[in-house]
This record gives sequence, structure tokens and C-alpha cells, in this order.
Amino acid sequence: MKPYRMHLMLCTGTGCVSNKAFRIRRVLEETLAKHQLQDEIAVVPTGCNGFCAQGPVMVVQPDGIFYQMLAERDVAELVEEHFLKGRPVRRLMFTPSGEREPVPRMSDIGFFGKQRLVALRNRGLIDPEKIEDYIARDGYAALAKVLTEMTPEQVIEEVKQSGLRGRGGAGFPAGRKWESRRKAPGEPKYIVCNADEGDPGAFMDRSIIESDPHSVLEGMVIGAYAIGASRGYVYIRHEYPLAVERLDIAIRQAREFGLLGTGILGGGFDFDIEIRRGAGAFVCGETTSLVASIEGQSPEPRQRPPRTTLWGKPVNINNVETWANVPVILLRGAAWFASIGTEKSKGTKVFSLVGKVRNTGLVEVPMGITIREVVFDIGGGLADGKRFKAIQTGGPSGGCIPASLQNLPIDYEQLTEAGSMMGSGGLIVMDESDCMVDVARYFLEFLTDESCGKCTACREGVPVMYRMLANICEGRGTQGDIELLEELSQAVIDASLCGLGKSAPNPVLSTLRYFRDEYQAHIRDRCCPACVCKPLFHYLIDEDICNGCGACKKSCPHEAIEGEAKSVHRILQDQCTKCGACFDVCPKDAVTKNPNRIETRESREVDELVPA
Amino acid sequence: MPKLTPEDLASIRERMARTMSLREGKARAHVTVHLGTCGIAAGARDVMRVLMNLLEQRDAEDILLTTSGCAGLCSCEPMMTVEVKGQAPVKYVHLDEAKTVQIFESHVLVGKIVPEYALAVGSERVG
Repeated sequence: MKPYRMHLMLCTGTGCVSNKAFRIRRVLEETLAKHQLQDEIAVVPTGCNGFCAQGPVMVVQPDGIFYQMLAERDVAELVEEHFLKGRPVRRLMFTPSGEREPVPRMSDIGFFGKQRLVALRNRGLIDPEKIEDYIARDGYAALAKVLTEMTPEQVIEEVKQSGLRGRGGAGFPAGRKWESRRKAPGEPKYIVCNADEGDPGAFMDRSIIESDPHSVLEGMVIGAYAIGASRGYVYIRHEYPLAVERLDIAIRQAREFGLLGTGILGGGFDFDIEIRRGAGAFVCGETTSLVASIEGQSPEPRQRPPRTTLWGKPVNINNVETWANVPVILLRGAAWFASIGTEKSKGTKVFSLVGKVRNTGLVEVPMGITIREVVFDIGGGLADGKRFKAIQTGGPSGGCIPASLQNLPIDYEQLTEAGSMMGSGGLIVMDESDCMVDVARYFLEFLTDESCGKCTACREGVPVMYRMLANICEGRGTQGDIELLEELSQAVIDASLCGLGKSAPNPVLSTLRYFRDEYQAHIRDRCCPACVCKPLFHYLIDEDICNGCGACKKSCPHEAIEGEAKSVHRILQDQCTKCGACFDVCPKDAVTKNPNRIETRESREVDELVPA
Repeated sequence: MPKLTPEDLASIRERMARTMSLREGKARAHVTVHLGTCGIAAGARDVMRVLMNLLEQRDAEDILLTTSGCAGLCSCEPMMTVEVKGQAPVKYVHLDEAKTVQIFESHVLVGKIVPEYALAVGSERVG
């Protein structure tokens, strides 16, 4: 390969692409050519860098300089100043909140500092569309080791020793699953990669496939060898076009290089992988539905047999992140992997960190890291100086953990004990302006749409719970609603067949567990303490602050504000629809949100949640 | 593309080693060409081109080539700074193709400073 003196590692994950990373790439290449730098400097498109909040981002190597929020108009200056003359452009670097000086080097930025990359080991370092890049970073070396030096039983033993557990949600030990499939009678055997990531706000699996598709393929080939499978499927949703495209390229390259197909790596092992695209139904992430969907049937869950089958034959299903961990475990050894994490949860976990934190993005951290470290050290704390209230983990099936438990270490057991779950790894950070009843309502609405309709308890029970929550949010809650919600939750859990129904009440149960007062305020006091539920709060103009500029009056679509120029304005509550236009437009922040009845109990409650 | 064997994987890794060490920022020697306006006018881009070719010819994996702005001594351009790991950086002045080749062969590859073209050892104190 021709040597370059500089590599521009431009993030082309979905987040940065939606911020025009592909156009920046084109302009970069044109501008480099204009300065005759095209033979000295290479532009390398990479997968998700992780720091999505600052996208489009680019890391300049070998200097390690991190540029963020790039636009086409910045390119000329970057090329002339930094790439030609070697003077990094400070105005395009990242400045942490509360600090004045930008941080030039990526390794010095807090967001990256606490992360430990195992599943995402190649993120930002390789071009996902070039198999040579993956091989250069020890790609397929684990496969070569497995095929030439190890028996399938040894591979399974290694994975068991590593303590790797399924990253898709339930956390079942991967090695034990493999062992049972190896022993299961029936030929041929199948391998499936579950890439049907459906949780709102979750993009871990998508990013892994977009940034390093070969790591997933290699893991699958190793798994196939261990289990004795001859055919594999990646079940991925059609809504992930970039991931599907890169996966397709990766499969074709692997076949061309003899890493898939017959006689892999010149030996006697045959295995091939196909992509199966799903239409994006949440229930398809559930094992038996997923299998039905691959078989071409309607994706309804079935009574779970002791061993799941595909076309009546044994099948082993693991999630994207689980597969991506496999090659490193085989290459570096079970002991190394088991040295990371907690007693029962080994290794690292990839999370998509979203919500009210400053640094939203894709992070990989060792198991056992505390919620506080993730939210404050990596996430940079809450945006707009608001107070941390809760963190939602595990997607719609998970739950909300209050800020008072922020020192909780994140692992499978601790999250379950706290009434939530690891799930696939979505983390939604909420602040004091989020209403927990509204959050539960949102998730139940999602689950109402996504229920497949097979079991009565889930099909009928979840919508009833949703309507009750919607009523509470609209100020029509009645005494006894909370108890009825709890009773219904138990019924839905008991009488649903699959994981979707069994976990659907979790958002309600976990918010009731930690924020029962907020429910009571909605029902008894007709008050939304967070000022989210429109019928339960009102806007006021602070007379001491208002300077009568009239901006609110102009913006109001319902003529609900009165007041003369340069004198205090007033909101006519009868006509106000609480659209929030005045709140957004006021240059003095004189418009305030007020709970309908200010309860001292509520303010005390919020005070207790302040992080120590 | 013929089907790979385990040995082929190793040779691809070797072939790509320079590319990867650049991305990981690992290096034994660090060569900086001063590409300020003065340097460019005096021919520093030719120096850069010579160095790029040398890197390719010698297949030197662990040498980083970077640029920086004017070193402050415009009358002595083109200039470059060579820093071998664990040693003080050395600034070379009034470069041309022949001198660049000689410095690369001697200092960068073998670690032997070429005193006749060197301006000084070390850098200014910063801060």
C-alpha cells in the first residue's frame, strides 16, 4: 500500500452522514487535489466514532487531533492551515462545557477517556468497506487460530470461561447456549445474528455493523465452527440502509477472500452467511418471532420450546454485539476478557447514550461502571444546567432508575434488582423537566403499536394501561388508578407468551416504584410537577422581569396575551393552549412554567433527587 | 483474489502495518517539515515529496511524517525537525533534495545526526 503521511479519519456513521459527512468527504478530496496533496494525505471514511452530538467529526492521524461539527465551508481552511502548513485549526476543536480552551487531542477528551473498546475495537481506525483494514487490525486472526489449533469443544470451553453473556437483553451465557446447540440432534445447524434492534433511542448494533461488519461475520464463523453449523443469517431491519449496504459488501469480500463459503482459509470447514431483512416490527427481535420471520411466516411468537429451531433444525441466535466480542475473546483469551467487568457480568457493554446529557453518542464501558460515571464523566453532565432526575435503561421493556441510585454499578444483576434491565443497551437520561408519568405513557403507546396481537393480555391489557396513563396525563385520573395499573401489570406479565408482553408493564412498574408521588400529584392534585402534561400546568409572565417588548404577544397564535408596549404583559389562561411559543421566544426568560398546584411535598421530592 | 490461507492473513497485516501505525500514532522517529509560507516558497514541498518517496522506497513503517508552520527562521528555509524516540529533536536548515536524502539515511534511519546541516539540538522553551 502506498504510504501517506496523514490519514483523515472521517466519521461516516449514520449520525454524521445525516449531518452531511459524505459531502464533506467529497469537498475534502477535491480541496486536497487542488493543493496537490492527494498523494500525501488520505481521507478514510470510518464507522461511528461515538461522539454523535458533535458530528460530523474527524480525527487527524498521526497527530490525534479531533475536529467536530464540520461544515463544507470549513474544509478550505482546514486543508490550507492544518494539512498543508501543519497548523491545527483551533476553532474547529472540541471545547468542553465550562471551559474556554479547546482540547486538541482526542485522547484528552473526557468523553473518550473512560471508555474501553472491545466490541468497538476498530471504531474510527478502519474503513468498514475494506477487508484489508480489518485484517490489518488482527481481523480473522482468531478464526485462523480456531480453525488450525482448536477443536470445537475447546472453542466452546473458552467462551464459557470468558463469562460472555448475551448482549441482546436477557444475558444468557453464550458458551452454555453454544454447547447445548452443539449437542442438539439434527442437521444442518444454523447460526443467526439478531440485528433487529428496535428500542427507541438505541443504535448500538447498527453502529457496530456500520463501523466494523467483519467483526460480526468473524464471530459468526467461529460460532458456526464451534456448533457445527453450515449456514448463517443476519436478521437486520430494512430501516438500516447503510448497515445493510456495508454488511453486504463485507459478506462479498469475505467470500472472495475465502473466509466464507467452502474450504474456509484453505481448510475443510464450510459455512456461508446470508442477509435476511425485516420490515421493522419490534416483536421480531423476540427469538421465536425472529425465527418465524426468517422462515417466511408471520412473525408471531410461539410457545418457547426447550430448544429453538429453524426449519425444524437446531439454531443458535446471538445478538450483534455478542458476535463482535467473540473474535477478541478467542484471540486474547478467556482470562483477559474475564478480567474486565464484575463478578457475574464480564467484559464491556456498548450503550447508546441519549436524552438530556451534553455528550450524546455511542459509548463502550467496562461492566460495573456506575451510572454517575456514565452520565457525568462520559456524558458531560446534563445540558442547560438542569438537574439529573432518572435514567431509563433497557428500552421499552426496561425501567427508570432514579438519580438517588446514581452510584449503582451497571451490570445485569444490579439493574434487574433496581427494577430495570440491561436490555440491549439504550440509556436515556432524563432531567427535572421530564415527567415520569408521561415517559411511561410514551413507552406504553409504543408497545401498544408493537404488540403482535396474539395474546389477549398483551393485545388488550397494554392498550388499556396506555389509555389509563393518557387519562392521568390529561388530568382525568381517578383514585384507584394506580392500584388498577399494578393489577393489570401483573395480569399482562402472567398471561403473555413472549418477552414483549412479559416486560411491557416494566416502564409503569419502575416509575411507580420510584416516582409514585408524581402519579399521585397527577391524579389527586391535578398537577404535573415537571410541567410536561399540558392540562396540568400553566404559563405565567413574571411581572418583575417582563419589560413589555411584546415578543410573546406577537408569537402567540391564539391572542392569549394582552399588554401594552413597554408595560407588563399577561397571559389569558382561558384562551391559552400551552403551545409554548411565548416561552420559547421571550428574550428575558420572563415566561415560566408552573405546576397547577404547587405542592411543598413535590419540591421536597425533587430536592431529594439532587445528585450529591 | 485467490482464497486466503492463514499465512496470507499475516502477510496482509505486514503490508498494512505502516498504514495502521500511522492511525494509531505509533512511531520510532518523527520528521516534521516546516511548511509555512516561507518554507513553501523556498521549496519545502519538494522536501516533503522527497521524504514521501523515501518512505515508500525504504518501506519504513515506524516513521511519522508531519508538517508544521513556520519555525521562525525564515531565512534558513526549507527546514525540518527530526526527533528520534528518546532523543532531543534536531533542526536542519537550508535543505535541498540531496541533503534531505542524506539526513533521512543517516539520522532518521540509523540515528546518526548530520552535524553539517543541523542548526541546533532541542526546541525553544514553550510556555
